[in-house]
Amino acid sequence: MPPSPCVLCKTNRAVILRPKDHSKLCKPCFLSVFETEIHHTITSNHLFQRGEKIAIGASGGKDSTVLASVLKTLNGRYDYGVELVLLSIDEGIKGYRDDSLETVKRNAKQYDMPLTILGYDELYGWTMDQVVEQVGKKGNCTYCGVFRRQALDRGAARLGVRHVVTGHNADDVAETVLMNLLRGDLPRLSRTTSIVTSTPSAISTDPNSHTNIKRSKPLKYAYEKEIVLYAHHKNLDYFSTECIYSPEAFRGSARALIKNLERVRPSAILDVVRSGEDMAKLVLSSDEGCEGACASTIPAAEEEVDGCGSVNGRSVGGEMASMEQRLAQNEVVAEQDLEVEMTINHGSGQRHDEHDSGTTLRKPGKKRGGKEKRGQAFLPKKTQKQVMGQCKKCGYLSSQEICKACVLLEGLNKSRPKNGIELGYEADTHRIANGVNDLQMQVD
Amino acid sequence: MGNIKFSVEFSGGLQDLFGQKKIPIPSDKNEDQIQLPKLLPGESLKLKHVIDGLAAKLKGRNAKLKLFVQGDKGFYEVTPGILVLINDSDWELEGEYEYEIQSGDQVLFVSTLHGG
Ligand SMILES: [Zn+2]
Ligand SMILES: [Zn+2]
Repeated sequence: MPPSPCVLCKTNRAVILRPKDHSKLCKPCFLSVFETEIHHTITSNHLFQRGEKIAIGASGGKDSTVLASVLKTLNGRYDYGVELVLLSIDEGIKGYRDDSLETVKRNAKQYDMPLTILGYDELYGWTMDQVVEQVGKKGNCTYCGVFRRQALDRGAARLGVRHVVTGHNADDVAETVLMNLLRGDLPRLSRTTSIVTSTPSAISTDPNSHTNIKRSKPLKYAYEKEIVLYAHHKNLDYFSTECIYSPEAFRGSARALIKNLERVRPSAILDVVRSGEDMAKLVLSSDEGCEGACASTIPAAEEEVDGCGSVNGRSVGGEMASMEQRLAQNEVVAEQDLEVEMTINHGSGQRHDEHDSGTTLRKPGKKRGGKEKRGQAFLPKKTQKQVMGQCKKCGYLSSQEICKACVLLEGLNKSRPKNGIELGYEADTHRIANGVNDLQMQVD
Repeated sequence: MGNIKFSVEFSGGLQDLFGQKKIPIPSDKNEDQIQLPKLLPGESLKLKHVIDGLAAKLKGRNAKLKLFVQGDKGFYEVTPGILVLINDSDWELEGEYEYEIQSGDQVLFVSTLHGG
């Protein structure tokens, strides 16, 4: 094949074929275009505010490494005036994080950013290895995922940081859109496509509470392929390994589907992301009549499903099954409550005629369920808790009295062996000594 | 083809699959040797031959094989999500499977599928 010239500089030889538009670029032009597009994502969505301290959720993997590198570059180039720090979570899986945490430590030096590593043991009193020892290999992904969802927020609160950025890319978002579409879960779809999620400030009275942490995804429109190419051509130091507790089959299938689609039609990934956003607007505007204007900031709470952490679609046995069931019930209620809470937030009516399902798309101005439902269609729900509140145990945003993490911890701590209990108390004391009162572990 | 020397490299997690980051071809280590097909006179070595040879190393380990290639059409295709770079250039710009290997080439397989 004869070499083609770069479409931008028309001089250098093209070495990159962009998935989104098939344009052929040389290495320097690609690096610059990639950075500029992320700058555009940041500015057009007003992600950052001057003076803000931002924690980058760093795993040492390609996405967060590229995110740290690009944000460092852009903060210098465009003078965002933000302070960037790295925050890593150590699940406490022996051997698994060692190399990736070493990578993050090198990244901290390379990008001259302060790094904090927080362990599940510090945050929850349990390492994942201890959890596995307790519950077995089946279903431990549930724990890992539920704990992980809160870990960055808890960690950020500890650092006094109010904004966490994560390396979720377009492929990740497309995968999540597909999964929620295939589950028929449009409300969740609308939450997961949002570039910014935040826990609503109206609820918290404590300004330092970790219920007020904003999360954003600056790489939301960046293709995984380009992230890997960027890392490669910039010689970035990143680490790749598989989670030894592998992802559930459903997520894996969604991912394979996305990758297959990309091969046939590379623009498909961004198209799915955009479709997800459009559907999200429909769901929200039909709920609130906010015309999608509020789609940019939505509550994240416990709804974001991440990595290997999905609690859905897993089949487990025995004790885990009942735990799963309990969580699943919580989730249904969480959906409903979250909708109520979103309505309250955006100030318009209480059109919550659906008590039985949080998964149905509402159409504006159209009452569903026919005549027999009409009489009660506009009555606010009274049978259920209406307000998204804080977990009574840890203060984390939750639609339940006790959040998922605390439910799981309760189960774990109940069955903790004698010497384990002592360890737990030690961890507790340590945590309280650190001034973090986010967990009152129940050891009863 | 006897005098063509090139290398294949793996990253993004694929290095674990093959147990190393770089395999020179031909290799001085016997166990690393990749079985390339016998070519007809005048036929040149193509990337697809190299992929077949690499896949053969994973034969019998189906779970691992699927992470590298998929072959339900009678020939191997690289698993979607793996990028192939020939001398740092996207293989889609170089003719993909039909690319003719040159001496000194560096072929890099990068998986994008592993954690972020
Ligand atoms: Zn150029
Ligand atoms: Zn809690």
